[in-house]
This record gives sequence, structure tokens and C-alpha cells, in this order.
Amino acid sequence: MSNELKVPTMAELFAAGQQPEVLFWVGCAGSFDDRAKKITKAFVKILNKAKVSFAVLGTEESCTGDPAKRAGNEFLFQMQAVTNIEVLNGYGIKKVVTACPHCFNTIKNEYPGLGGDYEVVHHTQFLKQLLDEGRITMEGGQFKGKRITFHDPCYLGRANNVYEAPRDLIKKLDAELVEMKNCKKKGLCCGAGGAQMFKEPEKGDKDVNIERTEQALETKPEIIAAGCPFCNTMMTDGVKNKEQEGTVAVMDIAELIATAEDL
Amino acid sequence: MEYLPNILFAILLVGALTFFTKNVKRLSRNIKLGKDVDVSDNKPQRWKNMAKIALGQTKMVVRPIAGIMHVIVYVGFIIINIEVLEIIIDGLLGTHRIFAPLGAVYDFLIASFEILAFLVIVAVVVFWLRRNVVRIKRFFNPEMEGWPKNDANLILYIELVLMFLFLTMNGADYQLQQLGAEHYTQAGSFPISQLLAPIFDGMSIPSLVLVERSAWWLHIVGILFFLNYLYYSKHLHILLAFPNTYFGKLRPKGQFDNLEAVTKEVKLMMDPSADPFAAPVEGAEPPAKFGASDVMDLNWVQLLNAYTCTECGRCTSECPANQTGKKLSPRKIMMDTRDRLEEVGKNIEANKGEFKMDGKELLGDYITHEELWACTTCNACVEACPVSIDPLSIIMDMRQYLVMEQSAAPSDLNNMMGNIENNGAPWPFNQMDRLNWEKES
Ligand code: SF4
Ligand code: SF4
Repeated sequence: MSNELKVPTMAELFAAGQQPEVLFWVGCAGSFDDRAKKITKAFVKILNKAKVSFAVLGTEESCTGDPAKRAGNEFLFQMQAVTNIEVLNGYGIKKVVTACPHCFNTIKNEYPGLGGDYEVVHHTQFLKQLLDEGRITMEGGQFKGKRITFHDPCYLGRANNVYEAPRDLIKKLDAELVEMKNCKKKGLCCGAGGAQMFKEPEKGDKDVNIERTEQALETKPEIIAAGCPFCNTMMTDGVKNKEQEGTVAVMDIAELIATAEDL
Repeated sequence: MEYLPNILFAILLVGALTFFTKNVKRLSRNIKLGKDVDVSDNKPQRWKNMAKIALGQTKMVVRPIAGIMHVIVYVGFIIINIEVLEIIIDGLLGTHRIFAPLGAVYDFLIASFEILAFLVIVAVVVFWLRRNVVRIKRFFNPEMEGWPKNDANLILYIELVLMFLFLTMNGADYQLQQLGAEHYTQAGSFPISQLLAPIFDGMSIPSLVLVERSAWWLHIVGILFFLNYLYYSKHLHILLAFPNTYFGKLRPKGQFDNLEAVTKEVKLMMDPSADPFAAPVEGAEPPAKFGASDVMDLNWVQLLNAYTCTECGRCTSECPANQTGKKLSPRKIMMDTRDRLEEVGKNIEANKGEFKMDGKELLGDYITHEELWACTTCNACVEACPVSIDPLSIIMDMRQYLVMEQSAAPSDLNNMMGNIENNGAPWPFNQMDRLNWEKES
């Protein structure tokens, strides 16, 4: 495995008079959370391998404001949004890809009303596109015949009707895609959305991620696939809680592909 | 004397319609207490949604048993209205089966009413069993105790009685036709009610007339009663499902409104040329209250939502918070909103058209903070609702009030927001470290 990542920043490209095909919006989790950083790196490896011209904002990126907005702090959200939009527009960004459904939803749906109009795609959509264009190839190999279940992130699925791209990718790995009792439109939240990630859950019989993990484990999967850094954390915690971490792995779609390609 | 029934009928009809109109006015006054919201966009899509979701019942059949039974009751309801029209004309003019000259068409109509009436009875029995014997879980949440439960059963009983009266009326009529009784036109086809013949066997014409007339009167009185019962019941959805699906949310579910009042302030704050010490412009509106703490702070579509709610609990049964035993129930959010709105409406009536502070609010007195903070904003409730209600929008408006007006967020969330403000991330990491992952192996 090569550790050399090529991660150009917008500032560098701009200084060199270049414009990338797409801006990779890393997001707070992807930048700071240890587990999510692995997803970020896996995605970058694929981008490097596919020779995609991309850039990140790096230190110029800031929280999209999603957790603030869902917590009810519209002020903070709009302050964040307006600042980010200024940076993005300053660089003349047209297309944004992100591995975080929350960033995806916010930039795609809520930024336009504040002056930020971009084509926004989720990394699973982008990877599917690369695959269709023949810019990446995926040989199932390691995942051939493995039972993989996909957990729909609320902000990708129900919120934006993206259900097929991640599934198509899993199928391309020659894996056996098994669906949970609640999937697609009826998917069950991992429990992190709406700023729940940052607080203790309210009193109840159990935590949402445990319920969801139980549903996932019912399918007897070898891998629980996710497409969101927050879902990933919640499901990983759930699997640990059920003491299944030895047998069941929680992996992002980008990690699946990077692993399959031995990147 | 001869005209007594006609006059009686006219009085009854006018009385029922007057009362109904009064309730419709009340309803519209209450809904208009909400803030204005522009829903004039994309009319073709809106009509399409209404046709599909309200008329076509596409979301009902997501749950097949309840869905199909519901479609039967619904079609029965619509079709039987043609019969009601005949009853009303007959009642006013003293005629009998005024549509009879339609001949074969009439036979077909009556036959299909009867079959539907029978299917409705079956459906109502199934519904009753689901509620009272099988005890489907979502009908037994805490918010379903008392009136909501009785209301649901009452609706079923009324429907059952109405259908039986309709069939009895037809059965007796059929006998009278056979006996060649005067006034009883030979018309119609009675596939179901003729099965009742053994009951009427050997009855004299006057007794049959008595049975037929009683059933006829009770049937129409029942219908007029039912019409006026709507306002007080979740059954109101048979009318409001149509406007409600028309005005339902069109944008992606994940897209929440950007508060305009906030946008203005943020623009001012970000504009380096704006004078921060400038006096507010003369006559400028006082700053709006952010978010919602009572029904008047919600918009009228949200209030229409509350009146449309059928209390079916599909939202609640899909809610991850509710499924894991938390207090939040999106159905309760809708029921609370309606209850509070009714209370405000009564207050207005009692105070000559003006709302007098009653020391109560939707937030706190009906909906608790605990419920609001349990929501993951997952949109499962919105997806599940068969009549395009958006409980999440009310939850969000109230959270905005809690955070922006009262600074009453849970402390963990305050930390998170502080971090975003200071570091541009919900965690206490330095923005300058954002690209560190690139170097880490
Ligand atoms: S959006 Fe909130 S209220 Fe609706 S189902 Fe999800 S958690 Fe429950
Ligand atoms: S909001 Fe919709 S799904 Fe929920 S109880 Fe009311 S009608 Fe049913």
C-alpha cells in the first residue's frame, strides 16, 4: 500500500492558475475524526488512482453549519454558510463531491438560497460515475460472495432519494447485497442525525444505534457498509456493544473499493 | 299535513348545513391564525401530488391490509354520495328514487352501492378487530388514550350503522316493489339487500313502509350528523387530505427553510460597509420572534397539517426515537398542535374575536423539551405520513425558538455550537489542523 497521497489544495491550484474538475469537501468528521479520516484517505486514494483532478479547501474549509441548523441555531448556520459560500465562489467552484451526507444535503439544498449554487454529488454517486465512465475498475476479488448489508444514511436516502449508487457499487464487488428489514425509504436512522451525534440521547429503552445494529446483524452480514462518517461511528459502536467486532466489519463504500483495489 | 315530511326534511337539511358552515368558518379562522407562507409555486406538481396521494391513495397501500381496506371505505364513501344526492332530492320533493328513469344505469349504480356497502362493513369489522382485538401497537401509544381512542371507534360504529341502515332500507324497498306497493317505483338491483328477504317475509305493506321510512330517515340523519361530527374528529381528514396533499412539501425532504429574518441580519453583520451603530429605520418592523413557541408562530400549512392528521400513527411507528422508547411521538406533536389550536380558537370566541393571554403555550404546556431534543431529523415520519404531513417542521421551529430565543439547548449542544463558532468544527480542534490527515499514516 502506498502512503503517498496527492492532496492539492484550492489555494495551490489557484496560484498555479488551474481549476480542478471537482472540489472534494472533506467535512469536519472527515478532517478530524480518527475513524472518518480513514474514509477520507480511502476516497483520495481512489481519486489519485483514477487521476481525477480535484482539490480540497484544507484550512479554508469550515463546518457547513449542518449540526447548528438541525440543533435550531439558524444564525450560526447561516454565518457558516455565508462564509463558506464566499470561499467557494471566490474560487469559482462548480462541482463539489463529499463523503458526508450532511455536508452533501446542506450544500446541495440549503446553500443555493444563500447564494451558493454548485453541482453537489455524494462520493458514492461520484464513484459510480467514475465506474460508468471506465475511469475506475473494480474487481470483486476479496469481497466476492461476501454478505454485505448497506445502511441508508437518512440525509442521503430519504432526504435526497439517493438509494441506488451505493448499492450498485456493492454489487459491482461481486458481493451478496442483503437488505435489512428497514431499508431505502423505510431506512432506520443510525441515531446521529439532527445534531444527536453531539449530545447524550434522551431517556428510552435503548439507543437508536443499538436498534439499527440489531437490524443489521439480523441479516448475518460479514460487512455493514455505510456511506456516512456518522453512521459509521454509530454502527461501529453498535457492533462493539454487541461484541461482534471480531466477525462483522463496518466499512465505508470508499473503503470497500479502495481495499478491493488494494490501494 | 301532506307536506310535513318535506318541510321537516328541509329544516333538518338547512340546520345541518348551517352548523357545518359554522364549523368550516371556525376551521378556516383557526388555520389563518398561522403565519403566511408562499405555496403558490409549481402548481402542476402540486395537483399531481394531490391526485396521487389523496385521490389515488398511493401512500395508504404502503401498508397493504390497512391500505386496501381503506381504499374500500374511501371508494364506498365517494360513490355512496351519489345515493345521498338522490335521498336529498327525494326528501325535498317527496319523490321516491328520482334517478330511477336512468334504467339499466340505475340498476348498475344501486347494485354497486350495495356491494360497496357490504365491503365497507367487512372493512370496518377488520378495522375494529385490528384496534380492539389484535391491538396493533401504534394505536396504543399514550397519546391515544381517551377521546382519540373513542373517536376512532365511534367512527367505525357510525359507518357500520349507516351501511346497515342503507341495506335495510333497500331490502324493505325491494319487498315493497315485489308487492307492488304504491309509491315504490320498480327500480334498482339489490344483490346484497335481497338476501335480507327472509327477515321481511310475511310483513304487511304498512309495516314494510315503516321499516323502509325509518331506515331512510335514520340513514340521512346519520349522514348529516356525521358531516357535523367531522370538525371534532380525526375524520376531518376525509376533506382536508385534499388541500393538505396539495400544499405538502415539494422540495427534497432534507432541505429545511433558511429563515429570511436571519438572512437579513447575517447579511448586515457580514457587510463591512454597514454601520453597526445605525439606529433602526423608522417604522421598521420589530424583529420577528425566531422559531415557534405557540400555534400562532407556526405557518398555516402546519396548522392545516394538524387538522388533517388522521392519528394513524404511521409516523410514530417509524420514528427511531419512539421505537427505542423515547418520549417523542410525531403523531403527538400533531395532536398537541391541533388541541392547542382548538383551545386558542375557543379563547378567541370567548373574548369577542381577540386572543387573550391564557398563560399557556404549545411549547411547555403541550410539547416538552425532552420530546423536541429526541428528534434525529431523519424524516421517517414525513415519509410515512399518508397525507403529506410534516411533523418535523414543527419540531424544528420549536427547536429554533428554544435555541435562538431562550438559549435553552442541552449543554452538550451549546458546546458543539461554541466549537463551530470558534473553530469552524463541532469539535474543539483548530481549523489550521484541518489538513493534518493528509500527513498521518
Ligand atoms: S424526523 Fe424526528 S420525529 Fe420524525 S421520525 Fe425522525 S426522529 Fe421521529
Ligand atoms: S402525522 Fe400523518 S402519519 Fe402521523 S398520525 Fe398524523 S396522519 Fe398519521
